[in-house]
Amino acid sequence: MDEEQTAYFDSGSTTRIDSKVLEAMQPYFKQDYGNPASAHKKGRKAKRAMNKARETIAKSINAQTKEIIFTSGGTESNNLAIKGAAYANKEKGKHMITTRIEHKSVLNPIKWLVKGQGYTVTYLEVDSQGFVNPEELEKAITDETILVSIIHGNNEVGTIQNMEEIGQVTRRKNVLLHTDACQSFTKTPIDVEKQKIDLLTINSHKINGPKGVGAIYIKEGTKITPLNHGGGHEKNIRSGTPNIHGIVGFAKATEQANKPEHVEKMRKMRDKIIEETLKIPNSKLNGPTGEKRLPNNINIYFKGVEGEALSGYLERKGVYTSTGSACSSKKLEPSHVLTAMGMDPERANSSIRITLSRLTTEKEVEHMLEILPKVLENLRKISPLY
Amino acid sequence: MTEYTEETIKRFEDPKHAGKIEETTAVGQVGNTMCGDVMKVYLEIDEDKTIKKARFKTYGCIAAIASSDKICELVEGKTTDEALKITEKQVIKELGDLPPLKHHCSLLGLKALKKAIRNHEEKHSTQ
Repeated sequence: MDEEQTAYFDSGSTTRIDSKVLEAMQPYFKQDYGNPASAHKKGRKAKRAMNKARETIAKSINAQTKEIIFTSGGTESNNLAIKGAAYANKEKGKHMITTRIEHKSVLNPIKWLVKGQGYTVTYLEVDSQGFVNPEELEKAITDETILVSIIHGNNEVGTIQNMEEIGQVTRRKNVLLHTDACQSFTKTPIDVEKQKIDLLTINSHKINGPKGVGAIYIKEGTKITPLNHGGGHEKNIRSGTPNIHGIVGFAKATEQANKPEHVEKMRKMRDKIIEETLKIPNSKLNGPTGEKRLPNNINIYFKGVEGEALSGYLERKGVYTSTGSACSSKKLEPSHVLTAMGMDPERANSSIRITLSRLTTEKEVEHMLEILPKVLENLRKISPLY
Repeated sequence: MTEYTEETIKRFEDPKHAGKIEETTAVGQVGNTMCGDVMKVYLEIDEDKTIKKARFKTYGCIAAIASSDKICELVEGKTTDEALKITEKQVIKELGDLPPLKHHCSLLGLKALKKAIRNHEEKHSTQ
Protein backbone atom coordinates (compact mmCIF):
# COMPACT_ATOMS: atom_id res chain seq x y z
CA MET A 1 0.00 0.00 0.00
CA ASP A 2 1.12 3.54 -0.73
CA GLU A 3 2.79 5.06 2.34
CA GLU A 4 0.82 8.27 1.69
CA GLN A 5 -2.43 6.55 2.52
CA THR A 6 -1.38 4.95 5.77
CA ALA A 7 -2.36 6.17 9.19
CA TYR A 8 -0.29 4.68 11.97
CA PHE A 9 -2.05 4.32 15.33
CA ASP A 10 0.11 1.70 16.99
CA SER A 11 2.72 3.90 18.64
CA GLY A 12 2.14 2.09 21.93
CA SER A 13 3.87 -0.86 20.23
CA THR A 14 6.61 1.11 18.56
CA THR A 15 7.17 4.40 16.77
CA ARG A 16 8.94 5.68 13.71
CA ILE A 17 12.26 7.33 14.30
CA ASP A 18 12.48 11.12 14.41
CA SER A 19 14.77 12.43 11.61
CA LYS A 20 16.75 14.53 14.09
CA VAL A 21 17.40 11.41 16.15
CA LEU A 22 18.59 9.49 13.12
CA GLU A 23 20.85 12.38 12.21
CA ALA A 24 22.36 12.48 15.71
CA MET A 25 23.13 8.75 15.48
CA GLN A 26 24.85 8.87 12.07
CA PRO A 27 28.44 9.71 13.14
CA TYR A 28 28.52 6.77 15.52
CA PHE A 29 28.24 4.11 12.82
CA LYS A 30 31.21 4.82 10.52
CA GLN A 31 33.21 7.54 12.19
CA ASP A 32 32.99 7.57 15.98
CA TYR A 33 32.42 3.86 16.31
CA GLY A 34 34.85 3.29 19.18
CA ASN A 35 34.24 1.10 22.19
CA PRO A 36 33.85 3.32 25.25
CA ALA A 37 36.01 0.84 27.17
CA SER A 38 38.99 1.51 24.86
CA ALA A 39 41.67 3.94 26.08
CA HIS A 40 42.40 5.48 22.66
CA LYS A 41 40.88 8.54 21.08
CA LYS A 42 37.95 6.75 19.42
CA GLY A 43 37.16 5.04 22.70
CA ARG A 44 37.31 8.28 24.62
CA LYS A 45 35.03 9.96 22.11
CA ALA A 46 32.46 7.20 22.48
CA LYS A 47 32.73 7.42 26.25
CA ARG A 48 32.13 11.16 26.16
CA ALA A 49 29.05 10.69 24.00
CA MET A 50 27.78 8.03 26.35
CA ASN A 51 28.30 10.18 29.43
CA LYS A 52 26.46 13.03 27.80
CA ALA A 53 23.58 10.72 26.94
CA ARG A 54 23.55 9.42 30.49
CA GLU A 55 23.27 12.97 31.79
CA THR A 56 20.32 13.71 29.51
CA ILE A 57 18.45 10.59 30.59
CA ALA A 58 19.25 11.13 34.28
CA LYS A 59 18.08 14.71 34.18
CA SER A 60 14.79 13.76 32.52
CA ILE A 61 13.74 11.69 35.56
CA ASN A 62 15.57 13.72 38.24
CA ALA A 63 18.16 11.01 38.88
CA GLN A 64 21.93 11.21 39.35
CA THR A 65 24.01 10.38 36.28
CA LYS A 66 25.60 7.39 38.01
CA GLU A 67 22.19 5.87 38.67
CA ILE A 68 21.51 5.21 34.95
CA ILE A 69 22.53 1.88 33.36
CA PHE A 70 21.99 1.37 29.64
CA THR A 71 20.37 -1.89 28.48
CA SER A 72 18.92 -3.36 25.31
CA GLY A 73 15.41 -2.14 26.10
CA GLY A 74 12.33 -2.48 28.26
CA THR A 75 12.28 -6.25 28.50
CA GLU A 76 15.89 -6.43 29.65
CA SER A 77 15.46 -3.60 32.15
CA ASN A 78 12.36 -5.26 33.62
CA ASN A 79 14.15 -8.61 33.87
CA LEU A 80 17.19 -6.99 35.43
CA ALA A 81 15.11 -5.10 37.98
CA ILE A 82 13.04 -8.11 39.01
CA LYS A 83 15.49 -11.00 38.87
CA GLY A 84 18.38 -8.76 39.90
CA ALA A 85 16.59 -7.44 42.99
CA ALA A 86 15.19 -10.88 43.81
CA TYR A 87 18.62 -12.52 43.77
CA ALA A 88 20.39 -9.72 45.60
CA ASN A 89 17.81 -9.66 48.39
CA LYS A 90 16.99 -13.33 48.85
CA GLU A 91 18.49 -13.35 52.36
CA LYS A 92 16.00 -10.70 53.35
CA GLY A 93 12.97 -12.46 51.91
CA LYS A 94 11.44 -14.07 48.85
CA HIS A 95 8.08 -12.36 48.53
CA MET A 96 7.17 -9.97 45.71
CA ILE A 97 4.10 -7.89 44.96
CA THR A 98 2.87 -6.86 41.53
CA THR A 99 -0.43 -6.20 39.74
CA ARG A 100 -2.59 -8.07 37.28
CA ILE A 101 -2.10 -5.42 34.60
CA GLU A 102 1.66 -5.57 34.08
CA HIS A 103 3.45 -6.08 30.79
CA LYS A 104 4.51 -9.66 30.10
CA SER A 105 8.14 -8.71 30.64
CA VAL A 106 7.29 -8.12 34.31
CA LEU A 107 4.78 -10.93 34.77
CA ASN A 108 6.93 -13.63 33.19
CA PRO A 109 10.21 -13.07 35.10
CA ILE A 110 8.12 -13.14 38.30
CA LYS A 111 6.40 -16.34 37.18
CA TRP A 112 9.82 -17.85 36.50
CA LEU A 113 11.05 -16.91 39.98
CA VAL A 114 7.93 -18.38 41.56
CA LYS A 115 7.96 -21.57 39.52
CA GLY A 116 11.54 -22.66 39.97
CA GLN A 117 13.31 -20.38 42.41
CA GLY A 118 11.18 -20.57 45.52
CA TYR A 119 9.78 -17.03 45.44
CA THR A 120 6.18 -16.11 46.18
CA VAL A 121 4.04 -13.37 44.68
CA THR A 122 0.92 -11.42 45.57
CA TYR A 123 -1.05 -9.90 42.67
CA LEU A 124 -2.84 -6.67 43.53
CA GLU A 125 -6.29 -6.24 42.05
CA VAL A 126 -7.15 -3.06 40.14
CA ASP A 127 -10.43 -1.15 39.96
CA SER A 128 -12.59 -0.75 36.84
CA GLN A 129 -10.31 2.04 35.59
CA GLY A 130 -7.14 0.05 36.21
CA PHE A 131 -5.98 1.79 39.39
CA VAL A 132 -4.14 0.07 42.21
CA ASN A 133 -5.24 0.97 45.72
CA PRO A 134 -2.19 2.02 47.81
CA GLU A 135 -3.96 0.83 50.96
CA GLU A 136 -4.28 -2.65 49.46
CA LEU A 137 -0.59 -2.52 48.65
CA GLU A 138 0.26 -1.64 52.24
CA LYS A 139 -1.80 -4.56 53.51
CA ALA A 140 -0.07 -6.98 51.12
CA ILE A 141 3.45 -6.13 52.33
CA THR A 142 4.89 -8.66 54.79
CA ASP A 143 8.27 -9.03 56.56
CA GLU A 144 9.27 -11.28 53.67
CA THR A 145 8.49 -8.72 50.94
CA ILE A 146 11.53 -7.51 49.01
CA LEU A 147 10.11 -5.93 45.88
CA VAL A 148 6.99 -4.21 44.58
CA SER A 149 6.64 -3.82 40.81
CA ILE A 150 3.83 -1.63 39.48
CA ILE A 151 3.52 -0.34 35.91
CA HIS A 152 3.49 3.47 35.75
CA GLY A 153 1.40 4.06 32.62
CA ASN A 154 -0.48 0.99 31.42
CA ASN A 155 0.28 -0.05 27.86
CA GLU A 156 -3.24 -1.17 27.00
CA VAL A 157 -5.59 1.29 28.67
CA GLY A 158 -3.27 4.15 29.59
CA THR A 159 -4.01 4.24 33.32
CA ILE A 160 -1.35 6.30 35.12
CA GLN A 161 -0.80 5.08 38.66
CA ASN A 162 -0.25 7.52 41.50
CA MET A 163 3.43 6.69 41.99
CA GLU A 164 3.89 9.29 44.69
CA GLU A 165 1.35 7.59 46.96
CA ILE A 166 2.67 4.15 46.09
CA GLY A 167 6.24 5.28 46.72
CA GLN A 168 5.33 6.61 50.15
CA VAL A 169 4.02 3.18 51.13
CA THR A 170 7.03 1.20 49.88
CA ARG A 171 9.60 3.64 51.34
CA ARG A 172 7.86 3.61 54.72
CA LYS A 173 7.80 -0.19 54.68
CA ASN A 174 11.40 -0.37 53.50
CA VAL A 175 10.57 -2.38 50.38
CA LEU A 176 12.06 -1.74 46.92
CA LEU A 177 9.77 -0.15 44.37
CA HIS A 178 10.20 -0.90 40.66
CA THR A 179 8.10 0.67 37.95
CA ASP A 180 7.90 -0.08 34.25
CA ALA A 181 7.72 3.40 32.74
CA CYS A 182 8.18 2.51 29.06
CA GLN A 183 4.80 3.97 28.11
CA SER A 184 4.81 6.95 30.44
CA PHE A 185 8.38 8.18 29.90
CA THR A 186 8.27 11.78 28.57
CA LYS A 187 4.45 11.58 28.49
CA THR A 188 3.78 12.24 32.15
CA PRO A 189 6.14 13.58 34.82
CA ILE A 190 8.63 11.14 36.32
CA ASP A 191 10.65 12.28 39.32
CA VAL A 192 12.37 9.37 41.04
CA GLU A 193 13.05 11.45 44.16
CA LYS A 194 9.56 12.79 44.60
CA GLN A 195 7.93 9.49 43.66
CA LYS A 196 10.40 7.50 45.80
CA ILE A 197 11.21 5.01 43.05
CA ASP A 198 14.15 2.62 43.51
CA LEU A 199 14.17 0.91 40.11
CA LEU A 200 12.72 2.27 36.88
CA THR A 201 12.51 0.88 33.35
CA ILE A 202 12.51 3.12 30.28
CA ASN A 203 13.25 2.58 26.60
CA SER A 204 13.87 4.45 23.40
CA HIS A 205 11.66 3.06 20.65
CA LYS A 206 8.39 4.19 22.26
CA ILE A 207 9.52 7.83 22.02
CA ASN A 208 10.56 7.98 18.34
CA GLY A 209 14.05 6.71 19.11
CA PRO A 210 15.80 3.59 17.80
CA LYS A 211 14.86 0.06 18.86
CA GLY A 212 17.19 -2.13 20.91
CA VAL A 213 18.13 0.40 23.56
CA GLY A 214 16.76 1.29 26.96
CA ALA A 215 17.86 2.04 30.47
CA ILE A 216 17.30 1.13 34.05
CA TYR A 217 17.50 3.63 36.87
CA ILE A 218 18.94 2.02 39.98
CA LYS A 219 18.77 4.20 43.06
CA GLU A 220 22.19 4.67 44.63
CA GLY A 221 22.86 1.94 47.18
CA THR A 222 20.31 -0.53 45.77
CA LYS A 223 21.69 -4.05 45.51
CA ILE A 224 21.18 -5.69 42.10
CA THR A 225 22.61 -8.97 40.82
CA PRO A 226 23.53 -8.68 37.12
CA LEU A 227 22.01 -10.88 34.41
CA ASN A 228 25.00 -10.47 32.09
CA HIS A 229 28.39 -11.37 33.51
CA GLY A 230 31.33 -10.34 31.36
CA GLY A 231 33.74 -7.48 30.85
CA GLY A 232 32.26 -5.35 33.60
CA HIS A 233 30.66 -2.56 31.58
CA GLU A 234 28.10 -0.28 33.17
CA LYS A 235 29.60 -0.63 36.67
CA ASN A 236 29.50 -4.41 36.43
CA ILE A 237 25.73 -4.38 36.30
CA ARG A 238 25.38 -4.83 32.54
CA SER A 239 28.39 -6.27 30.75
CA GLY A 240 28.52 -6.03 26.97
CA THR A 241 29.90 -3.41 24.58
CA PRO A 242 27.45 -0.52 24.81
CA ASN A 243 25.18 0.17 21.85
CA ILE A 244 26.70 3.60 21.42
CA HIS A 245 24.72 4.80 18.39
CA GLY A 246 21.54 3.54 20.03
CA ILE A 247 22.37 5.29 23.29
CA VAL A 248 23.08 8.58 21.49
CA GLY A 249 19.76 8.17 19.64
CA PHE A 250 17.92 7.38 22.86
CA ALA A 251 19.23 10.57 24.50
CA LYS A 252 18.37 12.66 21.45
CA ALA A 253 14.87 11.18 21.37
CA THR A 254 14.46 12.00 25.06
CA GLU A 255 15.59 15.57 24.48
CA GLN A 256 13.20 15.95 21.55
CA ALA A 257 10.23 14.34 23.30
CA ASN A 258 10.56 16.04 26.66
CA LYS A 259 8.61 19.15 25.81
CA PRO A 260 5.23 20.03 27.29
CA GLU A 261 3.82 21.04 23.89
CA HIS A 262 4.09 17.43 22.65
CA VAL A 263 2.05 16.13 25.57
CA GLU A 264 -0.48 18.90 24.99
CA LYS A 265 -0.75 18.05 21.29
CA MET A 266 -1.22 14.33 21.92
CA ARG A 267 -3.76 14.93 24.66
CA LYS A 268 -5.87 17.13 22.38
CA MET A 269 -5.69 14.55 19.61
CA ARG A 270 -6.55 11.78 22.06
CA ASP A 271 -9.58 13.63 23.39
CA LYS A 272 -10.80 14.45 19.89
CA ILE A 273 -10.57 10.79 18.88
CA ILE A 274 -12.34 9.69 22.06
CA GLU A 275 -15.09 12.26 21.54
CA GLU A 276 -15.61 11.30 17.90
CA THR A 277 -15.51 7.53 18.39
CA LEU A 278 -17.93 7.67 21.31
CA LYS A 279 -20.47 9.20 18.93
CA ILE A 280 -20.62 5.78 17.28
CA PRO A 281 -23.54 3.91 18.90
CA ASN A 282 -22.71 1.22 21.46
CA SER A 283 -19.11 2.19 22.00
CA LYS A 284 -17.42 2.67 25.36
CA LEU A 285 -14.05 3.94 26.48
CA ASN A 286 -11.90 1.49 28.45
CA GLY A 287 -9.82 3.11 31.18
CA PRO A 288 -9.74 6.58 32.73
CA THR A 289 -10.05 10.05 31.17
CA GLY A 290 -8.11 13.28 31.57
CA GLU A 291 -4.77 13.68 33.34
CA LYS A 292 -4.83 10.16 34.74
CA ARG A 293 -4.68 8.64 31.27
CA LEU A 294 -1.58 8.52 29.05
CA PRO A 295 -1.89 11.38 26.54
CA ASN A 296 -1.35 9.00 23.61
CA ASN A 297 -3.65 6.10 24.54
CA ILE A 298 -7.20 5.34 23.43
CA ASN A 299 -8.85 1.97 24.04
CA ILE A 300 -12.41 1.57 22.86
CA TYR A 301 -15.04 -1.13 23.01
CA PHE A 302 -17.33 -1.50 20.00
CA LYS A 303 -20.19 -3.83 20.78
CA GLY A 304 -20.60 -6.85 18.53
CA VAL A 305 -17.36 -6.59 16.57
CA GLU A 306 -14.35 -8.73 17.32
CA GLY A 307 -11.17 -6.68 17.75
CA GLU A 308 -8.97 -8.65 15.38
CA ALA A 309 -11.54 -8.42 12.60
CA LEU A 310 -11.92 -4.67 13.14
CA SER A 311 -8.19 -4.10 13.30
CA GLY A 312 -7.67 -6.29 10.22
CA TYR A 313 -10.34 -4.46 8.24
CA LEU A 314 -8.83 -1.11 9.22
CA GLU A 315 -5.43 -2.32 8.08
CA ARG A 316 -6.88 -3.05 4.65
CA LYS A 317 -7.85 0.62 4.55
CA GLY A 318 -4.37 1.72 5.59
CA VAL A 319 -5.18 2.33 9.27
CA TYR A 320 -2.89 0.53 11.71
CA THR A 321 -4.28 -0.21 15.17
CA SER A 322 -3.94 -3.07 17.61
CA THR A 323 -5.98 -5.32 19.84
CA GLY A 324 -4.92 -5.51 23.45
CA SER A 325 -1.15 -5.36 23.51
CA ALA A 326 0.71 -6.28 20.36
CA CYS A 327 2.62 -8.98 22.20
CA SER A 328 -0.45 -11.03 22.94
CA SER A 329 -2.51 -10.35 19.82
CA LYS A 330 -1.50 -13.69 18.33
CA LYS A 331 -2.97 -15.54 21.28
CA LEU A 332 -6.62 -16.30 21.59
CA GLU A 333 -7.25 -15.35 25.21
CA PRO A 334 -8.93 -12.05 26.01
CA SER A 335 -6.61 -9.29 27.25
CA HIS A 336 -5.44 -9.93 30.83
CA VAL A 337 -5.57 -6.20 31.49
CA LEU A 338 -9.20 -5.68 30.43
CA THR A 339 -10.18 -8.87 32.23
CA ALA A 340 -8.44 -7.67 35.43
CA MET A 341 -10.50 -4.46 35.18
CA GLY A 342 -13.62 -6.61 35.43
CA MET A 343 -14.67 -6.69 31.79
CA ASP A 344 -16.37 -9.77 30.39
CA PRO A 345 -14.73 -11.62 27.47
CA GLU A 346 -17.11 -10.08 24.91
CA ARG A 347 -16.09 -6.56 25.88
CA ALA A 348 -12.40 -7.50 26.17
CA ASN A 349 -12.42 -9.19 22.75
CA SER A 350 -14.39 -6.39 21.09
CA SER A 351 -11.96 -3.60 22.01
CA ILE A 352 -9.17 -2.00 20.02
CA ARG A 353 -6.25 0.16 21.01
CA ILE A 354 -5.43 3.38 19.16
CA THR A 355 -2.09 4.89 20.23
CA LEU A 356 -0.41 8.13 19.16
CA SER A 357 3.08 9.51 19.10
CA ARG A 358 4.13 13.16 18.99
CA LEU A 359 4.65 12.68 15.24
CA THR A 360 1.08 11.55 14.55
CA THR A 361 -0.51 14.01 12.11
CA GLU A 362 -3.96 15.58 11.95
CA LYS A 363 -4.29 14.04 8.50
CA GLU A 364 -3.82 10.58 9.94
CA VAL A 365 -6.46 11.29 12.59
CA GLU A 366 -8.93 12.51 9.97
CA HIS A 367 -8.32 9.48 7.78
CA MET A 368 -8.90 7.11 10.68
CA LEU A 369 -12.03 8.91 11.88
CA GLU A 370 -13.47 8.78 8.38
CA ILE A 371 -12.79 5.06 7.87
CA LEU A 372 -13.66 3.72 11.32
CA PRO A 373 -17.46 4.21 11.33
CA LYS A 374 -17.79 2.68 7.85
CA VAL A 375 -15.76 -0.37 8.74
CA LEU A 376 -17.72 -0.82 11.95
CA GLU A 377 -21.00 -0.61 10.10
CA ASN A 378 -19.92 -3.35 7.70
CA LEU A 379 -18.81 -5.66 10.48
CA ARG A 380 -21.81 -5.02 12.68
CA LYS A 381 -24.10 -5.85 9.78
CA ILE A 382 -22.78 -9.40 9.79
CA SER A 383 -22.54 -9.83 13.56
CA PRO A 384 -24.99 -12.15 15.33
CA LEU A 385 -24.41 -10.13 18.51
CA TYR A 386 -25.46 -6.78 17.14
CA MET B 1 -2.61 -8.79 11.09
CA THR B 2 -1.85 -12.47 10.72
CA GLU B 3 -0.84 -13.49 7.20
CA TYR B 4 -3.91 -14.57 5.24
CA THR B 5 -4.36 -15.60 1.62
CA GLU B 6 -5.95 -13.20 -0.85
CA GLU B 7 -8.99 -15.48 -1.01
CA THR B 8 -9.42 -15.28 2.77
CA ILE B 9 -9.10 -11.49 2.73
CA LYS B 10 -11.55 -11.20 -0.18
CA ARG B 11 -14.13 -13.32 1.66
CA PHE B 12 -13.62 -11.33 4.83
CA GLU B 13 -13.86 -7.91 3.22
CA ASP B 14 -16.70 -8.63 0.91
CA PRO B 15 -18.60 -11.74 1.99
CA LYS B 16 -21.24 -12.81 -0.52
CA HIS B 17 -23.31 -14.80 1.93
CA ALA B 18 -23.53 -12.53 4.95
CA GLY B 19 -27.03 -11.96 6.21
CA LYS B 20 -29.95 -14.02 7.41
CA ILE B 21 -32.92 -15.93 6.06
CA GLU B 22 -36.29 -15.17 7.60
CA GLU B 23 -38.79 -17.90 8.21
CA THR B 24 -36.54 -20.91 8.15
CA THR B 25 -36.22 -23.66 10.72
CA ALA B 26 -32.70 -24.49 9.56
CA VAL B 27 -30.74 -22.22 11.85
CA GLY B 28 -27.66 -23.24 13.80
CA GLN B 29 -25.67 -21.15 16.25
CA VAL B 30 -22.43 -22.24 17.90
CA GLY B 31 -19.79 -20.72 20.11
CA ASN B 32 -20.13 -18.15 22.85
CA THR B 33 -18.45 -14.90 23.73
CA MET B 34 -16.73 -16.55 26.71
CA CYS B 35 -14.47 -18.54 24.41
CA GLY B 36 -14.37 -16.23 21.43
CA ASP B 37 -16.30 -16.62 18.20
CA VAL B 38 -20.04 -16.88 17.65
CA MET B 39 -21.41 -18.17 14.34
CA LYS B 40 -24.95 -18.44 13.10
CA VAL B 41 -25.83 -20.28 9.88
CA TYR B 42 -29.21 -19.99 8.13
CA LEU B 43 -30.25 -22.46 5.43
CA GLU B 44 -33.13 -22.68 3.00
CA ILE B 45 -33.72 -26.37 2.35
CA ASP B 46 -36.25 -27.67 -0.18
CA GLU B 47 -38.33 -30.85 -0.05
CA ASP B 48 -35.71 -33.07 -1.65
CA LYS B 49 -33.18 -31.90 0.94
CA THR B 50 -31.26 -29.61 -1.37
CA ILE B 51 -29.80 -26.47 0.18
CA LYS B 52 -31.12 -23.63 -1.96
CA LYS B 53 -29.60 -20.78 -0.05
CA ALA B 54 -27.12 -20.35 2.81
CA ARG B 55 -26.42 -17.24 4.87
CA PHE B 56 -24.37 -16.49 7.96
CA LYS B 57 -23.74 -14.01 10.75
CA THR B 58 -20.41 -14.24 12.51
CA TYR B 59 -18.77 -12.54 15.45
CA GLY B 60 -15.13 -13.42 15.15
CA CYS B 61 -11.80 -12.86 13.52
CA ILE B 62 -10.93 -12.59 9.84
CA ALA B 63 -10.58 -16.37 9.50
CA ALA B 64 -13.93 -16.96 11.16
CA ILE B 65 -15.78 -14.59 8.83
CA ALA B 66 -14.01 -15.88 5.70
CA SER B 67 -14.64 -19.53 6.66
CA SER B 68 -18.33 -18.84 7.27
CA ASP B 69 -18.68 -17.28 3.83
CA LYS B 70 -16.80 -20.12 2.16
CA ILE B 71 -18.90 -22.77 3.88
CA CYS B 72 -22.12 -21.08 2.74
CA GLU B 73 -20.83 -20.99 -0.82
CA LEU B 74 -19.81 -24.65 -0.70
CA VAL B 75 -23.17 -25.92 0.54
CA GLU B 76 -25.46 -24.05 -1.82
CA GLY B 77 -26.82 -26.54 -4.35
CA LYS B 78 -25.74 -29.56 -2.33
CA THR B 79 -28.06 -31.94 -0.51
CA THR B 80 -27.89 -31.90 3.28
CA ASP B 81 -26.15 -35.30 3.22
CA GLU B 82 -23.50 -33.97 0.86
CA ALA B 83 -23.11 -30.81 2.95
CA LEU B 84 -22.50 -32.85 6.09
CA LYS B 85 -19.52 -34.49 4.39
CA ILE B 86 -17.59 -31.22 3.99
CA THR B 87 -14.45 -31.32 6.10
CA GLU B 88 -12.38 -28.71 7.88
CA LYS B 89 -9.50 -29.55 5.53
CA GLN B 90 -11.66 -28.84 2.49
CA VAL B 91 -12.67 -25.41 3.78
CA ILE B 92 -9.07 -24.52 4.53
CA LYS B 93 -8.02 -25.70 1.08
CA GLU B 94 -10.74 -23.64 -0.58
CA LEU B 95 -9.46 -20.57 1.24
CA GLY B 96 -5.93 -21.22 -0.02
CA ASP B 97 -4.77 -21.88 3.52
CA LEU B 98 -5.29 -20.70 7.08
CA PRO B 99 -2.68 -20.15 9.78
CA PRO B 100 -2.62 -23.20 12.12
CA LEU B 101 -3.79 -21.04 15.01
CA LYS B 102 -6.96 -20.30 13.02
CA HIS B 103 -7.88 -23.83 11.89
CA HIS B 104 -10.51 -24.10 14.61
CA CYS B 105 -12.41 -21.21 13.00
CA SER B 106 -13.36 -23.32 9.99
CA LEU B 107 -14.34 -26.18 12.28
CA LEU B 108 -16.66 -23.88 14.20
CA GLY B 109 -18.39 -22.89 10.95
CA LEU B 110 -18.96 -26.53 10.09
CA LYS B 111 -20.43 -27.14 13.53
CA ALA B 112 -22.91 -24.31 12.93
CA LEU B 113 -23.81 -25.86 9.57
CA LYS B 114 -24.41 -29.27 11.14
CA LYS B 115 -26.52 -27.73 13.86
CA ALA B 116 -28.65 -25.91 11.28
CA ILE B 117 -29.24 -29.14 9.34
CA ARG B 118 -30.02 -31.09 12.52
CA ASN B 119 -32.48 -28.43 13.71
CA HIS B 120 -34.19 -28.57 10.34
CA GLU B 121 -34.44 -32.37 10.41
CA GLU B 122 -35.78 -32.43 13.95
CA LYS B 123 -38.50 -29.90 13.14
CA HIS B 124 -39.51 -31.83 10.05
CA SER B 125 -39.58 -35.29 11.61
CA THR B 126 -41.94 -34.09 14.33
CA GLN B 127 -44.33 -32.39 11.91
